Amino acid sequence: MEREIVVPGDLLGEDPKLAGSGTYVQGGRVYSANYGLVDRRTNIRVIPLSGRYIPARGDLVIGKVVDVTFSNWIIDINSPYEGLLHVSEYPERVDPANMSKCLHVGELIIARVADVDPSMKVELTMRDEHLKVLKQGRVVDISHVKIPRVIGRNGSMISMLKKDLNVSIFVGQNGRIWLKGDEKRVDIAIRAIFKIEHEAHTSGLTDKIKEFISKELEELRNTK
Amino acid sequence: MTKPEKLIVDGKRLDGRGLNELRPIRFKAGVLKRADGSCYLEFGGNKVMAAVYGPREVHPRHLQNASRAIVRYRYNMAAFSVEERKRPGPDRRSIEISKVSREALESVIMQELYPRSAIDIFVEILQADAGTRVAGINAASVALADAGIPMRCLVSACAVGKVDGELVLDLNKDEDNYGQADLPVAMNQFGEITLCQMDGHMTEEEFGRALDMAIEGCKKLHQMQRQALIEKYGEMVSPAEEAHADGGEANE
Repeated sequence: MEREIVVPGDLLGEDPKLAGSGTYVQGGRVYSANYGLVDRRTNIRVIPLSGRYIPARGDLVIGKVVDVTFSNWIIDINSPYEGLLHVSEYPERVDPANMSKCLHVGELIIARVADVDPSMKVELTMRDEHLKVLKQGRVVDISHVKIPRVIGRNGSMISMLKKDLNVSIFVGQNGRIWLKGDEKRVDIAIRAIFKIEHEAHTSGLTDKIKEFISKELEELRNTK
Repeated sequence: MTKPEKLIVDGKRLDGRGLNELRPIRFKAGVLKRADGSCYLEFGGNKVMAAVYGPREVHPRHLQNASRAIVRYRYNMAAFSVEERKRPGPDRRSIEISKVSREALESVIMQELYPRSAIDIFVEILQADAGTRVAGINAASVALADAGIPMRCLVSACAVGKVDGELVLDLNKDEDNYGQADLPVAMNQFGEITLCQMDGHMTEEEFGRALDMAIEGCKKLHQMQRQALIEKYGEMVSPAEEAHADGGEANE
């Protein structure tokens, strides 16, 4: 499906009821607020081609501990706003005096955004399934607007990566991806992810990546 | 440089342009890898690089605004950008231009979406040939869009001047130096003027006509800005496979 690129200020429609994300209404008409691709399937929205991650309640993110205060860990979530992880949101009971024993500066975690208030105070939690401290593996950063393509339709891309390469992957909505498994295979997976990021605006990507992976795997077998 | 005898000969200007013509202009969006958004612009003899960072955390902290993003604009002329080497660093001229350019762009940026953050715009003039402030605004506007910052629309800018008693669009260096007036104008595509400065003298009637010429020029520039952004992705566009990203579902 061909998609049209729009820039801020482009007129998208005359029905203000259809205005979706990435658009705004002025004088009863819908205009684009973003540089991106128009999606007119249900309502009119603009899928951005770039931009920073802005946390929203319920997002799963990969964060990095940057500071420890009296009762909170300050977490960098690859966003203009930092996340706060309160001691009580750690999976186990922690004495505030021993906070840096559980999570020290530089450690990576998977967390859920518990709440975001209007002044963009971001509260995180780790009290849920598969929210954990990342002890092993590697993390790469990509642009968060490319994350839906890494996941693919109904998770097709991500499940192919996992199956074909036999590595564990966790995708955070803030553009960070955690991988664990055989080093050489993780290398391939990372290269594939960067390829997805680079070619996110093209079609037939899953097939292209599948081909890329099988070629890389072939090479890996030959060098052994 | 000495003053040329006449700046307009037989209805043509010294560089061969008609009175109503812009200089050759070329935009290229997304040229800097480490910036969130960027644009390189050749505007006649001007060469301008604009970079945008943000929204990002504000330092120093006391500049934060709890209800909206702040916009910072730094216009800088490289020491080698003019014929006589310029003293490097900010001077009164560049501070003024930074302020008026920031105000020209601020009105279209949806600042209320990013409280407590900063959007930083850096405009470097690598080669100057009159009209650098309008070139800077044009480039910065494309760079802002490239950075994915929500805006009401793009901002375009161009200048009109008076030389040898005639109104001309988009002054070049000689016309700027030896002309009688210079009127830089920036406007958004809804026709709202966000920058209007003038030095020199024009009659009221001339001013009205000059403004109309500037508006026409801005419309042409807007087309070029739009084209530059669309060209960045060329014809290969067609992503669609949407997984509306619940990371959790896709993982394990």
